[in-house]
Amino acid sequence: MSSDVTDAARTRLRAEGLKIGYDDELVVGGGDGGGLDLDVVENTVTAVIGPNGCGKSTLLRAMARLLAPRHGHVLLDGERIDRMPSRQVATVLGVLPQDPVAPEGLVVADLVARGRHPHQRWFRQWSPDDEAVVAEALAWTGTGEFADRPLETLSGGQRQRVWISMALAQGTDVLLLDEPTTFLDLAHQVDVLDLVERLHRERGRTVVMVLHDLNLAARYADRLVAMRDGRIVVSGTPAEVLTESTMREVFGLEAKVVEDPVSGSPLVLPIGRRHRHDRDVTDS
Amino acid sequence: MTTLVPRPTEQHLPRTRRPLLVVGIAVIALLVAAVLSVAVGAALLTPAQVWAGLTGSGTDQSVAIVRDLRIPRTLLGALVGIALGIAGALMQGHTRNPLADPGLLGVSAGAGFLLVIAIQFVGVTSLYGTVWFAFAGAALASCLVFALASLGGSRSGGPTPVTLALAGVAVSELLIATTSALVLRDTSSLDAYRFWSAGALDDRGSSAALRVAPFVLAGLVLAAANAPALNVLALGEDTARGLGRHVGRARAVGIAAITLLAGSAVAVAGPISFVGLVAPHIARFFTGPDHRWLLPVAGLGGATLVLVADVVGRLVVRPGELQVGIVLAVVGAPFFIALVRRRKLARL
Repeated sequence: MSSDVTDAARTRLRAEGLKIGYDDELVVGGGDGGGLDLDVVENTVTAVIGPNGCGKSTLLRAMARLLAPRHGHVLLDGERIDRMPSRQVATVLGVLPQDPVAPEGLVVADLVARGRHPHQRWFRQWSPDDEAVVAEALAWTGTGEFADRPLETLSGGQRQRVWISMALAQGTDVLLLDEPTTFLDLAHQVDVLDLVERLHRERGRTVVMVLHDLNLAARYADRLVAMRDGRIVVSGTPAEVLTESTMREVFGLEAKVVEDPVSGSPLVLPIGRRHRHDRDVTDS
Repeated sequence: MTTLVPRPTEQHLPRTRRPLLVVGIAVIALLVAAVLSVAVGAALLTPAQVWAGLTGSGTDQSVAIVRDLRIPRTLLGALVGIALGIAGALMQGHTRNPLADPGLLGVSAGAGFLLVIAIQFVGVTSLYGTVWFAFAGAALASCLVFALASLGGSRSGGPTPVTLALAGVAVSELLIATTSALVLRDTSSLDAYRFWSAGALDDRGSSAALRVAPFVLAGLVLAAANAPALNVLALGEDTARGLGRHVGRARAVGIAAITLLAGSAVAVAGPISFVGLVAPHIARFFTGPDHRWLLPVAGLGGATLVLVADVVGRLVVRPGELQVGIVLAVVGAPFFIALVRRRKLARL
């Protein structure tokens, strides 16, 4: 335990010199240089953005110790995550994969109860404490009314709220979400992100999520991390990251960035070929 | 905050909030099947005669039938059924494949293979000798399948459901083909293999069951320890890891339990089909997908199935007998089709 835990803005999760790859190819941290570094500070919401295949999900999976990096390591509160007992990690760090599965017939309350797994032992399966936590998680996400229904009878948006309830019941300070809004319509995307925002604000959770929608990322994250080809191109506040030049550099996209009239955050308006004639654009 | 309007609940899928009640009913069903198994056969006994035979107060003949024939056979059937039912539920849980049964791990093929080797090359003739060889063959085959599946599995160790199924099929087919080639050159091992592969409870004696009972017991303990892990593995491997579960270790414990349970059953009674496939589905229908309840009910259901099938086998061709493996295949197949038609099998 060699972390600077007294620091006011304490780093909860840190990636140091990460190089991650499948087979022969490095997906994250390739090229020259010493791999990927990233600090996730306590009580912030970080969104990782970038084009498809840029390695953002891979990075998230490595930070959740679901993937072992080739080089470098991930530190959770200053301790190497791969050297901590997995169960101990699971009481501090929760993760929601991109496309979680559940067996047919599993009812919502039982699924959320499985979030208590790291707190249970073989001889002590269920305690009144677990019961209270699960009931509270259901109520807090507004999924209590589905408690007795099998997961497969719910809509996509409802289902995602149930998975977030499970992560809430796990009771971890740090939560990693891999594209929590995929397959959801806009209203439900906003609904899920509102829930994440409340997790952060009311529950003091530190959240790292991979998001595709830049404008939603700008609204809901304190900090954006823009990746391309397995490297972090730029990171900082949404205003610092979402600029017209970053859009070009990271996504290869010509875009206009204006102020979001609703939130004041940057709003990215992609231009596309159809509307390019009125701007002086040179492709490089 | 957007509020979501819940869709109206059209139907309530079967799910129990009273799993203890289900376990209780399963126990009663098994007891009824056990009483039938003691009473019914070439000689039909009345309940009074069964009781007299049990307590030793009846005629010599009924005492002999009950104590020396029917009770050992019933115990053997129950042991085999429990082992196969639980092994099947474990197998379906670990592969997340509703069609998986313990045979998929290569236990039956491995047991048959070493059985033939034992008779043909080692010259083993005693029943107990072949039981150990069959058990060793089951264990070796499932270790091989596990190792192969791990090679192709995920980087962080442990096989995936897909690699398990593929390795299991490959190893099984290879062993079955080799076994067929071997028995073709030697009639004595062909006879032994033929008899063994029909799956039967008779002529094996209770001592065979007694000898493998410690292995079944060890398998039951491992299965119980594996139940909570299976519950989180059912949510996908990433979620299981995220919840602090070591996936490779949980798989290893599960495979060890399946090997002990199914290997014992196959060694003493031959490759009895359908029990490991059907019993978990019936159990899941009543308990839902929670393995802490599913495993015990699948075991009790498996034992009931085997005993009932054995009783039916004694009745249909009286005074002869049909082997339990054959009855289960004949009765089990239509039953399984009915199950599939009536309700889509639960996805895992």
